[in-house]
Amino acid sequence: MSVGRAASAQPLRLRTETRRWGEEAVKAALALCAFISLATTIGIVAALLQPSIEFFGEVSVVDFFTERRWAPLFEPPSFGVVPLLVGTLSVTLWAAVVCIPFGLGAAIYLSEYARPGTRRTLKPALEVLAGIPTVVYGYFALTFFTPFLQELDLGVGVFNALSAGVVMGVMLLPTVASLSEDAMSAVPRDLREGAYGLGASKLQVSTRIVVPAAVSGIVASYVLALSRAVGETMIVLIAAGGLPQLTLDPREAVQTMTAFIAATGIGDVPTGSIEYKTIFAVGLTLFAITLVMNLLSIRLVRRFREVYE
Amino acid sequence: MSAATAVGVRSRARRGTVRAALFRAFLLLSLAVGFVALGALVADVLWKGIPYLDGILLTEAPSADPDGAGARPAILGTIYLMGMVLLMAVPIGVGTAIYLEEYADRERWYNRLLELNIQNLAAVPSIVYGILGLAFLVRGLGLGRVLLAGAMILTLLVLPIVIVASREAIRAVPDSIRHAAYALGATKWQVVSRQVIPAAIAGIATGSILALARAIGETAPLLLVGALTYVAFDPTPLGAFTALPIQIFQWTARPQEDFKLLAAAAIIVLLAILVTMNAFAIWLRDRYQRRF
Amino acid sequence: MGETPETIVDVRLETVAERRPPLPARAVRDVVFGVSDLTVSYGDAAAIRGVSFDVYRNFVTAIIGPSGSGKSTLIRCFNRLNDLIPGARVEGRVLYHGIDLYAPDVDAVEVRKRIGMVFQKPNPFPKSIYDNVAFGPRVLGMTDALDERVERALRQAALWDEVNHRLRASALSLSGGQQQRLCIARAVATEPDVILMDEPASALDPVATTRIEDLMHDLKRDYSIVIVTHNMQQAARVADMTAFLSVDVSPEGHRTGILVEYDETARIFTHPADGRTQDYVTGRFG
Repeated sequence: MSVGRAASAQPLRLRTETRRWGEEAVKAALALCAFISLATTIGIVAALLQPSIEFFGEVSVVDFFTERRWAPLFEPPSFGVVPLLVGTLSVTLWAAVVCIPFGLGAAIYLSEYARPGTRRTLKPALEVLAGIPTVVYGYFALTFFTPFLQELDLGVGVFNALSAGVVMGVMLLPTVASLSEDAMSAVPRDLREGAYGLGASKLQVSTRIVVPAAVSGIVASYVLALSRAVGETMIVLIAAGGLPQLTLDPREAVQTMTAFIAATGIGDVPTGSIEYKTIFAVGLTLFAITLVMNLLSIRLVRRFREVYE
Repeated sequence: MSAATAVGVRSRARRGTVRAALFRAFLLLSLAVGFVALGALVADVLWKGIPYLDGILLTEAPSADPDGAGARPAILGTIYLMGMVLLMAVPIGVGTAIYLEEYADRERWYNRLLELNIQNLAAVPSIVYGILGLAFLVRGLGLGRVLLAGAMILTLLVLPIVIVASREAIRAVPDSIRHAAYALGATKWQVVSRQVIPAAIAGIATGSILALARAIGETAPLLLVGALTYVAFDPTPLGAFTALPIQIFQWTARPQEDFKLLAAAAIIVLLAILVTMNAFAIWLRDRYQRRF
Repeated sequence: MGETPETIVDVRLETVAERRPPLPARAVRDVVFGVSDLTVSYGDAAAIRGVSFDVYRNFVTAIIGPSGSGKSTLIRCFNRLNDLIPGARVEGRVLYHGIDLYAPDVDAVEVRKRIGMVFQKPNPFPKSIYDNVAFGPRVLGMTDALDERVERALRQAALWDEVNHRLRASALSLSGGQQQRLCIARAVATEPDVILMDEPASALDPVATTRIEDLMHDLKRDYSIVIVTHNMQQAARVADMTAFLSVDVSPEGHRTGILVEYDETARIFTHPADGRTQDYVTGRFG
């Protein structure tokens, strides 16, 4: 590099003798950083696939999806994943019962009814709910909500799907509210003003104009929230139980896919054993389900954006 | 207007008002569900936990006796984890953001794949990251169930957050500054490192803090990577470890009522840390937000 | 007033042109840039086509023309700043002291070290005044006697007296005119050979504009200046040579810039050779 004298005072040399190796090295290092995120995905897929392939070498895929008992440690072992799927479904269902209507309601209020000042304070306040760690929600479900349900004399057990599901719904409410509200704000004002001009009430404008216009964004938020519900671990691990029962009765304990993976992972499973491989087989099922849901959600958001942006 | 129509309009209006009022009530109820739950949670945790919030909690190791049990190894574990995550996630995340914004040719397919990939990663369930850690780090690399493995997995988990926030901050730096720097004869890296990153630093810092706040509360991946639920000694980077959310989980799972109260106290500590971090991030953003 | 517009313009520019000292004869002029058959395209559309002319050392060369005639595109060829725009394609030659700037083995970074640029909207870095001026020398490795370099540059930009007591203050706290002079100081701090100015005064008020124009008379002693301006009076006031670019509209409606005339400023404004130049400088269009 030149030292001291101006570049223009030196003999004219516009070519660099060597390529700027420093610049090349920097670019390579940065590309390596970017590659790490790619490597993560590759790693996830590889980590899930390999043991799963081995697993399905020993257990038939048909049995996996049709057997109605999940008891990998029994003699003889039973590898039907259906109870875990039903457990996940049961909890997700109750989460949906909470976050779908109330999430949308909160979004409508924030978007159509609240004054700008109110919205500015309420929206971040709602986000606080989303920032609370899931283990805290699990604690809340087990030590507050379940006893509350038991007071109601409904016959809920200490571990039950209802408690976990409802609390999970509360946790997901801000996700639905936030994304739905974004979708509704993207609806152009003239649509609303046209309707108000015709004498429509706020109720009619919200439900007949805005929500239908924003529907793919709203549905995208539902799909995203439910995908998070399917993948959620701590709330169900703490409050829903560890018993893989094939039941949709919310008062019973169930085990979800995620809770099973966690419970097995905590224990000391010998590497390479069939029990070890169940972690990956169930994990692959879980990953596939959430992947499909996420891709669907992205598709919906993209379609929504095309219309309005 | 005839009398009959007038009556008709008025009664329709009345019905409309009732319906509107009910709807409004439902909307407010929706908001209430969230806030009442939040209030109940905070109140419950404070009520149960404050009596147990004392020096013992912070300085003692857990024990079978709830009166003498503390969360020190867990708190230390969380602090070490956060330190390591910060050291790993920020350089890699910011480096990725710089690559995508300043160096990568958008037209190339592999760069578009990278962007899509980051979007997908943000939505993967956290326990799957735990499975990744279990397969590659604990068993594969033979690291074992150590703090470093936990930190690495948490880094991968929060990386998308750092990347997205850094990209936005970098994008907000106007091109006029870049062009002026290039026109002076600066190389690309000089432009990026001496002008773009310093101008984007507030957004990058805020994003990093938010990523860290997310990492602090994560439990599931750590469970799989081997955070033990009963650790009575202080953690080291290549040794067994535990963390605050794990300790909360362990105490919550115990049948004795006293441990559940201890869990509440530990939750207060965790929430206090989170509130501080988020407040700091918001303050940073407001104070140093540069409007170009 | 009953006089036709062209008469008014002619009289004013003639007076300005006559006050100008005579230029050195063509034979003694040093060529800094030799442009031949330059065509720049973004994607399929050509922004300028077939431009050829010479830029002389220690001259102020103005590029004038209506909007869309490719003036900015042209000036950015001189320091290869068009490289930053994806899809930009350059055909033809731009010789800088005899070396083709667009030869495959020429490093754009080296080119830009010798050629400074001032932009239309003042764009100081969000740093202190000192750090703005010092940035160029620092990245070029000219770190000895940095304080002196900064002072010299700020004096050349006629800004030293106004800021010497607060060099650590943020550059963004200066007024628009001061910021632009800071950008000039920043550009000369690396002791370049040429200064390119892309409409340097168009975002400034008349007082600040006058100061910049006065500056150019001084800077011309040490540097060769190429300035793009849409303000004809400004070109008449500061430029020795003037290039007039106009817009050529193809049958399909594509607009491309072409060089219509290049001559001493006095002649461009008083007896232009081309009818299009005449139309433009008398205000008939553009």
